[in-house]
Amino acid sequence: MAQKVAITGNEAVALAMKQINPDVVAAYPITPQTEIVQIFSTYVNNGLIDTEFVTVESEHSAMSATVGAASAGARAMTATSANGLALMWEIVYIAASNRLPIVMPVVNRALSGPINIHCDHSDAMGARDSGWIQLWSENTQEAYDNMIQAVRLAENPNVQLPVMVCMDGFIISHAMENAEVLPDEVVREFIGDYTPQKTLLDKENPVTAGPLAFTDSYFEFKRAQAEAMIQAKPYVLEVAREYAKVSGREYGLFETYKLEDAEVGIVVLGSTAGTAKNVVDKLRGQGFKAGLLKPRVFRPFPAEELATALGHLKALAVMDRADSFNAFSGPLFAEITAAMYDSGAQTKIVNYIYGLGGRDVGLGDIEKVYGHLARIAESGKVDQRLNYLGVRE
Amino acid sequence: MANLRELSKEDLFLSSGHRMCAGCIAPVVVRMMSMAAAGRNVVVGNATGCLEVATTIYPYTAWKCSWVHNAFENAAATISGVEAAYKALRRKGKVKDDYKFIAFGGDGGTYDIGLQSLSGAMERGHDMVYVCYDNGAYMNTGIQRSGATPKFADTTTSPAGKVVPGKTQWRKDLTAIMVAHNIPYAAQVAPGHWNDFITKGAKAIDVDGPAFINALAPCPRGWRYDTADGIEMCRLAVDTCIWPLYEVVNGEWKLTYKPKQKRPVADFLKAQGRFRHLTDEMIQEFQAQVDRDWEALLKRCGEA
Repeated sequence: MAQKVAITGNEAVALAMKQINPDVVAAYPITPQTEIVQIFSTYVNNGLIDTEFVTVESEHSAMSATVGAASAGARAMTATSANGLALMWEIVYIAASNRLPIVMPVVNRALSGPINIHCDHSDAMGARDSGWIQLWSENTQEAYDNMIQAVRLAENPNVQLPVMVCMDGFIISHAMENAEVLPDEVVREFIGDYTPQKTLLDKENPVTAGPLAFTDSYFEFKRAQAEAMIQAKPYVLEVAREYAKVSGREYGLFETYKLEDAEVGIVVLGSTAGTAKNVVDKLRGQGFKAGLLKPRVFRPFPAEELATALGHLKALAVMDRADSFNAFSGPLFAEITAAMYDSGAQTKIVNYIYGLGGRDVGLGDIEKVYGHLARIAESGKVDQRLNYLGVRE
Repeated sequence: MANLRELSKEDLFLSSGHRMCAGCIAPVVVRMMSMAAAGRNVVVGNATGCLEVATTIYPYTAWKCSWVHNAFENAAATISGVEAAYKALRRKGKVKDDYKFIAFGGDGGTYDIGLQSLSGAMERGHDMVYVCYDNGAYMNTGIQRSGATPKFADTTTSPAGKVVPGKTQWRKDLTAIMVAHNIPYAAQVAPGHWNDFITKGAKAIDVDGPAFINALAPCPRGWRYDTADGIEMCRLAVDTCIWPLYEVVNGEWKLTYKPKQKRPVADFLKAQGRFRHLTDEMIQEFQAQVDRDWEALLKRCGEA
């Protein structure tokens, strides 16, 4: 029987890791991910699981040891935030290129500098081109559910890509929420036994992992990697369908909220989607046709599906909790507008950069965005494409 | 110990035709470690460097055992992950055979950029051997100075110029740094003394816990000697006491070879193009430092 519990995001992720019982976890503490490592180590040291827990001296070594373990055929995981992910950077790319099915919770936190421990998406957004699948979570429940689905998705023989499970630092990681957790045996049965296609620990079939690929082969490796990501989308949905059977909770590439008949809408990732849904309800009560789309799967990027879901809107605001510092827009805006352009949609689109370094985003802030969209919908003109929300200027 | 003729018949984990330069001693280091590991299942980890790039140009490989390369600075962390996987999978009954784990890195990947990764792996106590093949510079990228480059050496980033005569600093004592990690086994070896090398290699592999071996690996391009003279360079380094052969077992220092007659450092320095610019004063300064280090080592080993 599934159980309703009061649990923080970090506790839920650590619990999911316990239920997954990976062969190897190599991790290093960093705020706000630290609790995951702490809680997990108590599971190990109390004999509740039989994971080999490698207490590395840095995140660079965390990802390096995880790559080593996965190359040796282990179900291997790590976890990080912000600067920790930045320190891993070099190896994050190698993990994807080597097609290692590593699962890594990323507790989203602002990248330095200035140093700041609070939530934004600059860490995971920076890794958007690293070749990892990215699943984003709105709350504790989704973080837990994404963790369990991530294992099955990463290890699918047709996918074989690492997966980041993103959850907002502090807002989700440290907030107590009600969530439904599955019994251990249901999780274990759902993820199944892992049988690697190749392993370093097979003396009859030695492998050379990570060779030098010159101009005559590198491009083919990268093309194959690109194809794996292109082909991953149906498996994301397949795993979600299977997960719905055991959990009763349904997941897609994204979630829409009152979007079908909406005239204006916003696209927003993570916990802010929860805030925005409240605003949508309020505006709907006033007869204003507001809607929302919350991406769950940012990699692979579901361009056609997003354009289809958003194309009827008169005005759209894409909200980015990370800046690209490209003098144009945040990362989510750039990709959504590219998808919309391709579909021929006539929607007017603006970008809002918000919540950097944990800057609070209230109902009033979101209402302002919808107000801006109402003006654009009425005039049919975008006055200002790039906007910063809730900042002193 | 078998004799060299018998050892040469062993099925080594690094094949011939590996594409390393003629006269390079790094593959000799690897093949001696393979002789030391004879009869065991081995997984090799390799830092980015000459050895890695030359031996695994896709779609070819010179490695007959399983081998993993990740990046430059993380061979120790990577093989520690492999070892952790082995422990877990063995415990769960998914791996039945015994395996040993050996990481190879050059001095750049070990003394410098990979030092933190190595230190962490040694401190955590993984059952692995890390072998540094020390050729005294970043040879793969074209002979740049490293923390292992001897003082005065002419490299492409410490050129012997009109004002600065090559590298201005002494080498770092990496073997002693590894000993300070309280690991059960650390040793210095040079392939000119093959029996000493293979004996230590086998001890390192069989010891329970982390072991470190610092292996001298002359480079004909960087050192500028004739390609036939690599082993002679090793012997000169050992007999001048520039590269002493010793082991440290559970903190006990032991000299494993004492030259009958200590040769002057000039014999080593003058045999190589990288030291061609040295003046007599510089050679004297070099000699004085080697003498001090040798005396200190003799004391540590209870020989003085």
